[in-house]
Amino acid sequence: MIPELGNFALYIAFAFSILLSIFPAIGLKQNNTRLMAMAPNLTIGLFVFTLFSFACLAYAFLTDDFTVVNVAQNSNSLLPIHYKFAASFGSHEGSFLLWLLMQSGWSFAVAIFSKGLPVDMRTRVLTVLGWISVGFYAYIIISSNPFERTLPYFPIDGRDLNPLLQDIGMIIHPPLLYMGYVGLSIAFAFAIAALLSGNLDSTWAKWSRPWTAAAWAFLTLGLTIGSWWAYSELGWGGWWFWDPVENAAFMPWLVATALLHSLAVSEKRNAFKSWTVFLAIAAFSLSLLGTFLVRSGVIVSVHAFATDPERGVFILVLLTLVIGGSLLLYSLKAGNIKSFGKFSVFSRESMLWSNNVLLVAATMVVLMGTLLPLVHKQIGLGTISIGEPFFNQMFTYLIVPFALLLGIAPLVRWKQDKLNNFIAKPLVVIAISLTLSLTWLFAEFDEIKPLALLGATLFIWIMLFTALELKQTLNKVSFSKLPLSHFSMVLGHIGIAFILAGVGLTSQYSVERDVKMNIGDSAELKGYEFTFEQINNIKGPNYEGWAAEIYITKQNKFVAELHAEKRFYPVQRNTMTEAAIDAGFFRDIYISLGERLPDGAWALRIYVKPYIRWIWLGGIIVALGGFLTLFDRRYRNKKALAKG
Amino acid sequence: MKKLTVLFSLMFFVCVANATEDQITFKSEQQKSTYLELTAELRCPKCQNQNIADSNAVVAKDMRVKVKALLDEGQDKEQVIQYMINRYGQFAHYQPPLNVATSLLWLMPIGFILFAVVLQVKRSKSKNDVNVSETGAVQLDSGQLDRELELLLESNTLDGSSVDNSSKDNKQ
Repeated sequence: MIPELGNFALYIAFAFSILLSIFPAIGLKQNNTRLMAMAPNLTIGLFVFTLFSFACLAYAFLTDDFTVVNVAQNSNSLLPIHYKFAASFGSHEGSFLLWLLMQSGWSFAVAIFSKGLPVDMRTRVLTVLGWISVGFYAYIIISSNPFERTLPYFPIDGRDLNPLLQDIGMIIHPPLLYMGYVGLSIAFAFAIAALLSGNLDSTWAKWSRPWTAAAWAFLTLGLTIGSWWAYSELGWGGWWFWDPVENAAFMPWLVATALLHSLAVSEKRNAFKSWTVFLAIAAFSLSLLGTFLVRSGVIVSVHAFATDPERGVFILVLLTLVIGGSLLLYSLKAGNIKSFGKFSVFSRESMLWSNNVLLVAATMVVLMGTLLPLVHKQIGLGTISIGEPFFNQMFTYLIVPFALLLGIAPLVRWKQDKLNNFIAKPLVVIAISLTLSLTWLFAEFDEIKPLALLGATLFIWIMLFTALELKQTLNKVSFSKLPLSHFSMVLGHIGIAFILAGVGLTSQYSVERDVKMNIGDSAELKGYEFTFEQINNIKGPNYEGWAAEIYITKQNKFVAELHAEKRFYPVQRNTMTEAAIDAGFFRDIYISLGERLPDGAWALRIYVKPYIRWIWLGGIIVALGGFLTLFDRRYRNKKALAKG
Repeated sequence: MKKLTVLFSLMFFVCVANATEDQITFKSEQQKSTYLELTAELRCPKCQNQNIADSNAVVAKDMRVKVKALLDEGQDKEQVIQYMINRYGQFAHYQPPLNVATSLLWLMPIGFILFAVVLQVKRSKSKNDVNVSETGAVQLDSGQLDRELELLLESNTLDGSSVDNSSKDNKQ
């Protein structure tokens, strides 16, 4: 009964999205305020019914209703309850319903929080969101319904959630990532609404900014948690693999980062107008492209969902409509706007333009690297792989100018600045950065590795310039008067600095040993002494296995006691490595238990990974910066918003 | 529990010594780092998308053993990669080969950056003419006026003369 209600609610939500996409638009055409006023209410309805539908699905999972195909295939009565909940978005169908929940939730938020917007603008934005929703709801109802029944012959128990997904990461990563992915549709809707109204002045940028910042912050957090999850769950200590699915989420992030900066220029200087609109379209299009790649099965990835060509075709049609339609509109409406703003080669605008150029170039690298293997095969040139060596090389080249400019850009004045003012300072700062980073690496590591030095130097460079900028600004404005969005920028930049240092140091100085151990054996790595104390049989709710107890000391002082596990999940007949991690600000110790060797000893992989936490710490700081923007008075004050 | 007892009894016999063997003994630190680089760059041909270091597939294990054997023979990194490519195809290496199609991987982003730089320098050159002679401080915020100004500006820069420009940009 409950699943039918959920199904029914989904159809009603679909109906709401159709109404939302038609009537307010007619209202706009006829200048009928009553029809326009329907938009927020329809959006609320859309959200409420989607929420109800999702709740029904979650209920089916929590109550082990194996008459629902989705539950039978992705859950099991022995699965711990929080994973049962997470399993409701663990499959293609369920995750798409989560997607719709997020989509309608964002639309709902726009309907509730943008009362300060002029009625026509608000109506336009909601209408555009309605159009997007029609496509997505049609998709889920036609090809991915999560409420399909197994009746009349239903299984006694389910096939269980993939053990890889039975992790805390599964509960937080997908919702955060989807919040970001889907949130970009709001930036898209604002851009399309601005194009439709033909009024691309700084006002729309001001309206769109907090929404874009929120979506971007969620996306940042989602990616960060995803990286941490891969590291802690997959058992080989990697934190980013350039897997097509990771790339699919990384591309919208790159473009959204560019968009955020370009929106700032549009708002403050009324420049970059049509470019900003283009980025907003591109960001959402890339998140749709990502969805297509992940769910159609055209790419080979470790993340692959159970794929189905029919679904792929549907998303491809949706993708073509959105990209084609919006670009057509763009060329019609934005083509005649030539204003790019007036500024000299050396100005803040110019700096932000460089930021955009480098980010878009980085997006091209990822896009080409992800799609070219497909094309290469299709045109008969054979199969190729594009992975870590290629991406790492390209990103190393791109990150250097990016980080250097990131340091000085906030100090450069709008419109025009004197290049002469920026010769001495960077030279001094680069000298200090190099000295400090060399000292740092000499003190801590045996040898200086160029890429680590690069990461550390760029870290100090950004930190010094950020401090310098903050000091200069605080000389002019008192701390309490400084807008919050300024601190957003500071946090965003510091976060990037931490990521650069983390990536540089951990990639160059991580060490590992692949050892064979018996009880009582000990192994040394990087000054740490690892003793294999014992190994025990363990039994979890839906798995059994072995837990190795490893005692770690450094110079005879206790450091940690870790339990690395090897689990066997009987339902899916899967063996999983549950790595044990002793996390630290300066280093992680990471142990994964391998298999038992014929002579009774155990294979173990031991890693010491310096500064790896800085990557995720940086990501979290960046995301905090994004969220902070939302509390800026300028975006909260309704009067200020209405004035534009 | 039985398993456990068996295991324990086994271990009491074995673990008198305290030293630990590495699964693979490397000739030098240099060889170890080359091995780690290679196993990270070579792709397991049977897996979804994993390098041979991370994969537990049989073929990945075989490839790891082969990498070690080739290194022991004294082959260098490039030779090992070449061996694997000859055996498993270009697919087995995560670095794409350079050909007409793949050159786009490098050319497109570089081309885009160059294009953007040239565009920017050109644009601001024409703008500088304007900045020199800026006078007024009239605030305009309408898109229409802005566009007209832009057109005016462009026609003026085309024939090389400068123009008195008044725009919102004078406002810092």
